[in-house]
Amino acid sequence: MKEHPFVIPFTIGLTFVILYTVVMWTIWVVRLTRREKKIIWKRLLTVKTLRGIWETIREGLFHRNIFKKNVILGFMHMSLAFGWFMLIVLGNLEARLYPHGLINPPYYPIFFEFFRHDLSPLREYEEIFTFLMDFFLLLVISGIGIAFFKRYKSKVMGMHRTTKHILIDRIALTSLWLIFPFRILAESVTAGLYNTGHFFTNFLGQQVIYGLPLDQLYYPSWWAYSIALGSFFVALPFSRYMHIPTEILLIFLRKYGVREKDSHSSYTNVELNACSRCGICIDSCHLSTDLGISDTQPTYFIRDLRYSKPSERLRETCMLCMRCLKACPVGIEITQIRKNERSEHQLFSPTSYSYLNGYAYPKAKVAFFAGCMGHLTPNIIKSTLLLLDAAGIDYTFIDRNGSICCGRPLQLNGEVDAAKQLIDKNNRLIYETGANCLVTTCPICASEFKKNYHMSIPIYHHSQYLWELTNQGRLVFNQSNLNVAYHDPCELSRGLGVVDEPRKLLKSAVVLTENSNQTKQNSLCCGGSLAITNTSAFQKSTIAASTVLQLANNTTDLIATACPLCKKTLAAAQNDVPVQDISEIMVKALMDSRKASLSEAKVKMASPKLEVVEEYK
Amino acid sequence: MIDFGYAPLKINIHDLDKADLSLMDWITARDESFRLCIACGSCTATCTAGNFTNFSFRELCHSIRRGEVEKAVRESEKCMLCGKCTLVCPRNVNTRNIIKLVRKANQNFRV
Repeated sequence: MKEHPFVIPFTIGLTFVILYTVVMWTIWVVRLTRREKKIIWKRLLTVKTLRGIWETIREGLFHRNIFKKNVILGFMHMSLAFGWFMLIVLGNLEARLYPHGLINPPYYPIFFEFFRHDLSPLREYEEIFTFLMDFFLLLVISGIGIAFFKRYKSKVMGMHRTTKHILIDRIALTSLWLIFPFRILAESVTAGLYNTGHFFTNFLGQQVIYGLPLDQLYYPSWWAYSIALGSFFVALPFSRYMHIPTEILLIFLRKYGVREKDSHSSYTNVELNACSRCGICIDSCHLSTDLGISDTQPTYFIRDLRYSKPSERLRETCMLCMRCLKACPVGIEITQIRKNERSEHQLFSPTSYSYLNGYAYPKAKVAFFAGCMGHLTPNIIKSTLLLLDAAGIDYTFIDRNGSICCGRPLQLNGEVDAAKQLIDKNNRLIYETGANCLVTTCPICASEFKKNYHMSIPIYHHSQYLWELTNQGRLVFNQSNLNVAYHDPCELSRGLGVVDEPRKLLKSAVVLTENSNQTKQNSLCCGGSLAITNTSAFQKSTIAASTVLQLANNTTDLIATACPLCKKTLAAAQNDVPVQDISEIMVKALMDSRKASLSEAKVKMASPKLEVVEEYK
Repeated sequence: MIDFGYAPLKINIHDLDKADLSLMDWITARDESFRLCIACGSCTATCTAGNFTNFSFRELCHSIRRGEVEKAVRESEKCMLCGKCTLVCPRNVNTRNIIKLVRKANQNFRV
């Protein structure tokens, strides 16, 4: 084996990146809370570890989540990650099978072709190894080619906007892109001189570049390859490519059940470093697609949080609609991180609402809570109450005389201490009603009740509750051929995972059509989000109009939604398609069915409830 | 001035020339929509917090305009940020942002 100093840049880089990764992993794991460490120990030798390994292979090597988004984009990531991984694995195997022993320096397999020109000692494996090495090199270089193409035409890969990278990312990116062309050059030159390689490098060396002064190119090309590798490794820990070693840790921590908490923690650091700044979140964001605000998305927010502190604008310019959360291929809990970051800059004091003392809700069995937004849309309240009446539910409208805000708006704005007062107050008042079930028309309230109130009674959004009643046969609706498109409210669909009940309920009365693939968990946002304060009314209605445009087509009679805020926002933005809450549609269907049964029986029923129905009409 | 034997109460006299309008300027520079308010009071009529206590966004805006900074800061804390006022405002004043700006001003430069 002839030693040569060109391996030094690579060796330094590799040592550095390995040391850095080990140190950072240790720091992150050590800094986890005692409880988290305990559950990790407990679950270390369970099936969760196997699942972690499987996910690491699936996401780390094959990038399945990116494949789901776009095939070419997925291929690009897969070819780079899997191709390079296989080159490393095969190189190591090859070097270890070579009959001179298993122990060799780390640079030896990487520059194997430099050290060994004659692979015949590998005997029957020679052919397959040289072929596979060339094949995976070709795979990687095709990925680099696509990546280069993506810089100029990212739309082909389904990305309208990509991240604008900072200097260190550009340095790392350039080094990464140079590694493989240099490797091909070095191996081709070697193939040209010593007839090594297979269909790819051998062909290049023997048929294409044989006319060049290969003797003079030999050492420089290996130097260039080593320097590119070394500089990539040195830049890696400070650039976005830190996601490569971090994501493995993240996957395992997540599998063991570690999650984001109410404030930044060690796990947050793992998540921040696991962000590859791929920019997929940018296209999922309404602020970018509808308003052209493309510099506040998680990719930038997380970057700034990782290196220092994000600006106030970056922190606040987000609707927390959670679309990016669903789009993120790494599965970083972006929304919670942003909320936690906001909570470090609280503006309200924890004694703001002392004036609420001395207020109480009436006693109830089934408590109906309209919430602030519900009170702003009396028709939704009226319709829901009518339906509850029709089903014979003994409910009490507990906040008829005014509701205390559930605390969600404060919570979303990071004012957790102020929200805590409202939560405590409301929680006690609702507990004192003695209710055994809580129904609300507002998904924002429902979300807060479920996530932060820790109530012992079941909490239903009215769409869930009404569906349950319909399912039990206590509500019967007249089927009409009204063509309805359903808009999933963010808090209901992504926040609580309620997507089927409203649909089933609607289907029992109208024709439900899905005109967009951006529904259910990927639903669009109405733009009226309470989590953002720095968008103007015009900007909000721009988002709402764009959402309506995607939801409805010219055969849509009506847009149904299940949130008073969504209804208001969507209806205010346009005049083309009427927007109604699910309860309003259902009450109409109920009236129609009553009328039908009345005319059939030709009997005038003297029901006091029905008078209200008529009045409503 | 002719003395009629009665005069406005001292506490009711507000000299706008001497008022401290720094808060108003600070807010208007950050949210232009503050200028749009016509003091119709829709915000106050729907207010969740106003249902329980003496809190009025309309009054808060007045306080800001009149330079009653301390009162504005004190009042702003009663808000629950529920957002009903923003939805009902006929002039599209970004009310929640203004509340937050008052709170921020209180923290950032101790008006």
